Amino acid sequence: MKVGVVVFPGSNCDHDTYHALKHVCGQEARFVWHKDSDLSGLDAVVLPGGFAYGDYLRTGAIARFSPVMRAVTEFAGQGGPVLGICNGFQILQEAGLLPGAMLRNRSVKFLSQPVHVRVERDDTAATAGLPVGSVLTMPIAHGEGNFYLPDDEVDRLEQEGRVVFRYTTRDGRLADEANPNGSLRAIAGICNRERNVVGLMPHPERASEAALGSADGRRIFEALVTSLVRA
Amino acid sequence: MARARVYVTLKKSVFDPQGQTIHDALVSLGYDGVKDVRQGKFFEVELGGLPAEQARQTLEEIARKVLSNPVIESYRVEVEG
Repeated sequence: MKVGVVVFPGSNCDHDTYHALKHVCGQEARFVWHKDSDLSGLDAVVLPGGFAYGDYLRTGAIARFSPVMRAVTEFAGQGGPVLGICNGFQILQEAGLLPGAMLRNRSVKFLSQPVHVRVERDDTAATAGLPVGSVLTMPIAHGEGNFYLPDDEVDRLEQEGRVVFRYTTRDGRLADEANPNGSLRAIAGICNRERNVVGLMPHPERASEAALGSADGRRIFEALVTSLVRA
Repeated sequence: MARARVYVTLKKSVFDPQGQTIHDALVSLGYDGVKDVRQGKFFEVELGGLPAEQARQTLEEIARKVLSNPVIESYRVEVEG
C-alpha cells in the first residue's frame, strides 16, 4: 500500500503518522504538501493531526480551501480510502466529506490523555477486519472534539451504521465519565456513506508501538491495508 | 469601500461550553442576575471595488461560506452606510 500523508502549515502529527505507516507497518508512504494536487499512485490518503493554518477562524476552516483538498475530495469520490485523524477529521467535516462539527470540549479544557474507544463497525476503511466491540486505547489531544450534529441527522447517521468509534470504559461500556469531551452519543469516529472516508479524534499514530504505551493504533493502519485488499 | 460587521453565533440549539463557563464565573462573582451568556465572533470586513449591491452579496457569501459553519453557527451581516 502506498499512503500519502498530507502536510498543512501547522500539521504536527505528520511525521509520527509517516513513521507509523512506514517504519511500524512497513508500508510505502510519502508526504503530500497542501499546495500539491497530485495524488497519483497513492492507494490511501491520511490527513494527520495538528493545527492546520493555526486553526484560525475555526478548526479546519481554512485548510479545507487548500489545493490538496480538491484532490482529496476527488480521490474520495472515486472510492479512495481517506483517514482523518483529529485535526484531519475536523478538516474533513469542514470540507463536507464527513458530517457534523466539533464544539469546544465540554470542560472547555484542552485534553491530552489516553481514552478507550469501542469499534462499532468492521466494514470501513479504518476498521476492516477489526472485531466489532473490541476496545482500543489511544490518546486524544484536542480542544475541540465535542462531536455535534442536530438530533435528526445523528439519528440518520446511526441508522446508516456510520458511527465507527465510541468513547467507552476500558471494558467497552458506555459511561458519561468515559466520554472525555461531551461528544453527542459518545461519538469518537464516523464514516461517509460509502465507508471509504473515516474520521476519528484519537491518535492511532501515537499508540502504534508498545514503547508508546499502546500499540492499538497500529490496528487502524493495518485495517487500511485490509480494506484495500478487500476492495 | 464597503464596511461590514459580521456576527457569528452558535445556533440556539447548540450547547455553548464557553458561554456556560463565562456565565458560571459571572454568577460566582456575585452577578446573580445573569441568566445566560452566549459567546460568538465578531468580524469587521472592508471590501473595495464593488458597487454597493454586489458588495452586499459578496459579504453575505463570505459570511455564509467561510466565516460561519452552518452545522453549528448562524450569522448576521450589517453593511454600513
